[in-house]
Amino acid sequence: MVEALLFVVMAIAALAGAVTVVVARNPIYSALGLLGTLFSVAVLYVIQLAHFVAAVQVIVYAGAVMTLFLFVIMLIGVDKSESTEENLPMQRIWVGVLAIVVILFTGGVTLAGNFEWVVPQPTATISGAPISEPVNGTIQAIAEPLFTGWVLAFEATALLLTIAAAGAIALAHFRRKGV
Amino acid sequence: MVPEGWYMGLAAALFLIGALGILLRRNALVMFMCVELMLNAVNLTLVSAGRALNDLDGQVAVFFILVVAAAEVVVGLAIIVAIFRRRSTASVDELSDLKG
Repeated sequence: MVEALLFVVMAIAALAGAVTVVVARNPIYSALGLLGTLFSVAVLYVIQLAHFVAAVQVIVYAGAVMTLFLFVIMLIGVDKSESTEENLPMQRIWVGVLAIVVILFTGGVTLAGNFEWVVPQPTATISGAPISEPVNGTIQAIAEPLFTGWVLAFEATALLLTIAAAGAIALAHFRRKGV
Repeated sequence: MVPEGWYMGLAAALFLIGALGILLRRNALVMFMCVELMLNAVNLTLVSAGRALNDLDGQVAVFFILVVAAAEVVVGLAIIVAIFRRRSTASVDELSDLKG
């Protein structure tokens, strides 16, 4: 019951933030809407016992990434003069068609499965003895698969972050000729 | 317990809003935020499916997506700033030099 209530409230907050991102004229409002969505999704992670992911979501996304976004918005100035006319012919119509198709497909799949999107694994036998604990995303629980089965991917992300940092520095050193 | 289908529906809605934002907006910064929105929707599906299947790998995958998103934002925003310094615009419609 508590989960259902929290889900409804946070889903509405997430959708409102997402709509704000798209419709706001001012990029600052878009950033704040995205921030609201990120926090709402973090709460949804906590409901599903993904504690580590929720913490990382708040620290990395809501903290670091959004700060970076706001920095850049301030750096290049708030530009409200985005033109509303569409240069690509038929773009708006195709976007509408795409939206309707996706909504119908998603709604159909969800309703056809009676909201059971994947087959749930049994967590208890008929006599009530638990087969396995429900997943609880603590730091310790995440660390074990991360540093055993996924260790190669983990090392690859280290390389990726180094490349990204080097690339950002290289782009920041960009100078026009003669300046 | 809320069925994971509801989470999937919410994630699909978030993904669709993000995709529409990319298709409709012209400001490169706002388009980037819409990409983040879509990545978040995918993360939500991974966590929900991981809980339904009683498997932690979904949450580990979310961790990797977060890292890739952070790297993408760093490089992308650096490119936007570099373009802005040269062109004084953040609108993607102005960047049509490669158009035939």
